[in-house]
Amino acid sequence: MNAAKSIPHDSGPAHVSGEARYVDDYALPENCVHLAFGISEKALADFTLDLEAVCAAEGVIDVLVAADLPAKNDVSPTPDPEPMLAVGTVHYIGQPMFLVVADTHLNARRAARLGKVSYAEKTPLVTLDQAIAASSTFGDPLTFAIGDAESALAEAPHSVSGSFEIGGQEHFYLEGQAAYALPEEGDIRVVSSTQHPTEIQHKVAEALNKPFHAVRVETRRMGGGFGGKESQGNALAVSCAVVALRLNKPAKMRYDRDDDMVITGKRHDFRIKYKAGFGADGKIQSVIFEHFVKCGWALDLSHPVADRAMLHADNAYHLPNAKIVSHRLRTNTQSNTAYRGFGGPQGIIGIERVIEDIADALGLDPLAVRRANFYAAKGDLTPYHMEIEDSISTELVAQLAETSGYAKRRAEIADFNAGSPVVKRGLSLVPVKFGISFTLTFLNQAGALVHVYADGSVQLNHGGTEMGQGLNTKVAQVAARVFGLGIEAVKITATDTGKVPNTSATAASSGADLNGMACKDACDKIKARLVDFASEKWGGKVSFADGQVQVGDHTMGFADLVSEAYMARISLSATGFYKTPKVQWDRMKGKGRPFLYFAYGAAVSEVELDTLTGENRILRTDILHDVGNSLNPALDIGQVEGAFVQGAGWLTIEELRWADDGKLLTAAPATYKIPCASDAPDVFNVALWDGANLEKTIYRSKAVGEPPFVLGLSVYMALRDAVKAGGGDANFDAPATAERLLMALQT
Amino acid sequence: MVEFVLNGEVLATNDPSMTLLDFIRLKQGLTGTKEGCNEGDCGACTVQVAALEGGDLVHRAVNSCVLLMGQMQGKSVTTVEALGGDHPVQEAMVKHHGSQCGFCTPGIVMSLVAAHREGRQDHADVLAGNLCRCTGYAPILRAAEAVVEAPVPEGVDEAALISRLAGQGFTELDEFADWYVKNPDAVLVGGATEVGLVLTKELKQPAKLAFLNRIAALQNIEHEIGGMRIGAGVLLAQLRGAMAGKYPQFAEMLRRFGSVQVRNSATIGGNIANGSPIADTPPALIALEASITLRKGDKRREILLEDFYLSYGVQDRTEGEFVESIFIPEQADTLGVYKISKRFDQDISALCGAFNIVVAEGTVIKARIAFGGMAATPKRAKAVEAALMGQPWTEETITKAQAFFAEDYTPMSDQRGSAAYRMILTQNLLKRYYLEQSDTRRVRVVGGPS
Repeated sequence: MNAAKSIPHDSGPAHVSGEARYVDDYALPENCVHLAFGISEKALADFTLDLEAVCAAEGVIDVLVAADLPAKNDVSPTPDPEPMLAVGTVHYIGQPMFLVVADTHLNARRAARLGKVSYAEKTPLVTLDQAIAASSTFGDPLTFAIGDAESALAEAPHSVSGSFEIGGQEHFYLEGQAAYALPEEGDIRVVSSTQHPTEIQHKVAEALNKPFHAVRVETRRMGGGFGGKESQGNALAVSCAVVALRLNKPAKMRYDRDDDMVITGKRHDFRIKYKAGFGADGKIQSVIFEHFVKCGWALDLSHPVADRAMLHADNAYHLPNAKIVSHRLRTNTQSNTAYRGFGGPQGIIGIERVIEDIADALGLDPLAVRRANFYAAKGDLTPYHMEIEDSISTELVAQLAETSGYAKRRAEIADFNAGSPVVKRGLSLVPVKFGISFTLTFLNQAGALVHVYADGSVQLNHGGTEMGQGLNTKVAQVAARVFGLGIEAVKITATDTGKVPNTSATAASSGADLNGMACKDACDKIKARLVDFASEKWGGKVSFADGQVQVGDHTMGFADLVSEAYMARISLSATGFYKTPKVQWDRMKGKGRPFLYFAYGAAVSEVELDTLTGENRILRTDILHDVGNSLNPALDIGQVEGAFVQGAGWLTIEELRWADDGKLLTAAPATYKIPCASDAPDVFNVALWDGANLEKTIYRSKAVGEPPFVLGLSVYMALRDAVKAGGGDANFDAPATAERLLMALQT
Repeated sequence: MVEFVLNGEVLATNDPSMTLLDFIRLKQGLTGTKEGCNEGDCGACTVQVAALEGGDLVHRAVNSCVLLMGQMQGKSVTTVEALGGDHPVQEAMVKHHGSQCGFCTPGIVMSLVAAHREGRQDHADVLAGNLCRCTGYAPILRAAEAVVEAPVPEGVDEAALISRLAGQGFTELDEFADWYVKNPDAVLVGGATEVGLVLTKELKQPAKLAFLNRIAALQNIEHEIGGMRIGAGVLLAQLRGAMAGKYPQFAEMLRRFGSVQVRNSATIGGNIANGSPIADTPPALIALEASITLRKGDKRREILLEDFYLSYGVQDRTEGEFVESIFIPEQADTLGVYKISKRFDQDISALCGAFNIVVAEGTVIKARIAFGGMAATPKRAKAVEAALMGQPWTEETITKAQAFFAEDYTPMSDQRGSAAYRMILTQNLLKRYYLEQSDTRRVRVVGGPS
């Protein structure tokens, strides 16, 4: 079956030859203008601008401030406003204040630094503590609860409590934000590196005061997204569109890497306070979490991110009594945004820290405590009152513990550590259970457009975007499977709001689930017409396989059947649609079924720590991950490997630091370090769980983009184990930089 | 005019301060080579550059975003487009699912192509300068592994093409030395890994640039009586090779200096003369008691490297004077070099320390210790050295000496590490050095003595 084959990424040959084009690679007309933002150097200040030097700079064609915008000055992904160009007051260092139009990218960047700005400074809120003290929040705290957490905590025989912080994360997509716009007879065509072409369409239309039908947005591929191109590309696309129509010239904008890191939002940093009550067997009786979420200066997607953190405060564990309170803090820093996992990983770290504390308190192996608390296969309720129907944590973890040799290695590590005074090893197994579906229920819909041409070739379009995850390959495999064709017969074209309208962002790991089903719906419609036509014409049962169609005892090529159908005036084009069943969710009440299903997985990591310096490395990682019936095992394993390393990077070496005045100190790859090749585990074994999705998803597969990101947590917990072996205090914050680890060892 | 070869075609430019990346993408429309960071840290812009080095044609992977066209005279550049799509590296990358978003891929392909030509098998080192955010590197390393045995495809005769190029720019050291006396305001360009950032990030345009990379007399490593003399134009990649046999821990530190691409461009002279307090070669060189030759016109003077650094950003160098060579006196190898950074590979040091301690009959008879990242300049730990001298080589002596680092250094806190962390590290690295000399058990997670 095509749908289960490990077919390489459809752009693989174009990637390696350099032929694959990204936004900045397209040859644009000679008269194309280039844009750059002049940005704020103060974190909170009223300001006035003197742009004389900017206007006079070499190559400058035009300079725009907020008042020059033709309609709405807003790039927010939600109804909450977020001005594209600051009006009167700036709220973080890096906020766009004016827009330079020049003949070249370099001239635009140069001119953008020449603005003379008078600031009347106010005291910014840079840290969580400052925001908490000033009660600077987005709305009231939100609470989800089940049972009576306070009473159960008081009655529990044992308890632990604590507080820790988890840093944010820069996306560091290798391709920076980029867009261009072409004026087309008063309408506009935008090409954008975005996960959300429809939102770009809406923001551009509003900025131009035009109906949506006047704006067409295309996305062929992104050079990485990870959530950072869900809303953060809006400002570039809107700028290009505004300038393109203002000057009637093509306009292009891309952020230089350092500008990208200073301007755009990142993963939310969290502080989590916890109290937990448990029995002598390690079983949790009650947990109370308090989340403090650093949202930055604008709301962006912070509410759904913070909600998802709350929805993952249980991870894979049954919490009979639980209360989760979430505070969303407004600070004068970049507006934090979507990032792979969307708050889920932060929520999960909370309960995993509780598990580790319980193990320490009872002198148990943390794995024993984890196993004691897993959800039963079905019947348990989550803290948001959803009944668990598909838990496989117990079996999956048992299998991984076996194949990774957990128990034996636990003993070997103890022996090693006894004989090694400086270098200490640590081991940890961490599970993940991750909820799949957009928690904003209406987003769980998708469309597709499928054409079968008269020669039997298939062109397919869907609402999802390709950012490297192989979505187009997977969806093409669905079409190939329905028609019984080879993958080479199916071509997917650039995502285009003119082909499939009203799409949701490619986010929440939902790309293949939603668009695969929409594609199948469209293909099934065409196939049904072909079946009707063939059985009427030749009689008998109709089946499609290997490029051939069997009709009764008559066999013909797929192309031949299609050609005959065309001559008989059968429609060979169809739209498809899908909406996720069963989901319904009331976030204010904290009750419902926000997710169709859960994806499961677990990782065992072994690390080595130098107790003289805090330097460390990952010796080995074994992962067993649940993707249901895989649509493409090679692509799924690629997602698991990549997500793991990205997650491990977040919790170890990737550290965002701000100065007291709100300036981001780690705003370039020279200072912000993502993992490189030697940071991957020395031994890296990834296997896929053998089991179908219980829900009727596309060929019973499961989503894979985000869940394995959480598995990087096994590295953090293994480092915790090594710090304990070195006699240190294991309650260090994340990321576990070499500095944090060394300081933890000084106690 | 700068004359060079691009993908087999002879080209010329009269814009020596344009980056090679901009030339490739904007002037030639070859968009396979990507701009990921524009500062030499991500490798998406990696191309292969071939040049004659001592008569041999040598191929090197380099970051085109911080190479200037003035450096390209007489060189042959290969971009991903010229590989044809069927190079063994390209085929293995597809087969092993080595690309996801594909943006870093052309750079990764070029790094692997250059390494494949040399038969290298240290794949993680080869890729240290190529960031990938999607794959976690596992499939890329599998692809690299898979092509080790594949034959190198034949390409155009780059040596023949290069030999036909007539160019301008300095080739004679004397000529340059005279010119620099008359043009002391010129910015000297060795590898441009630092100057490149002035153009791409500070957006400044130095009025005068002098490209030194074709002056053969600056590129020699000579074994003289009493020591080793290293020309200021020697690449860090070449220095690593020269140190491997003699001072293996210096070579191990150089393995982690920048990345392959950076070491293939950057020079030892640049690393020294730049004056950065966190430059990685000065601590080891100071511990080895190295001296440098400064030249102005036809006058030369030799000073100890440690005396070159006067204060932050200030060196003992007069107008029109330049670093010509570095001299390392002959000595038995007792050198320990420790680079500590947030990320193991391709990172700027939080600190880098070098220890050169000689023990005779159980007593310390020589101690030279130097650190970068602990002061406004690379600096010796003289109080610690004094605390060690004449003392028995024991753990007790080490413990006592550790306290004296506080007399030598008052480090600062920044995004690479707090002052407290730096001080603890410094003390612990003395212990690491002691343990490595006296204990057989492993005391670091990577790169200990073999």
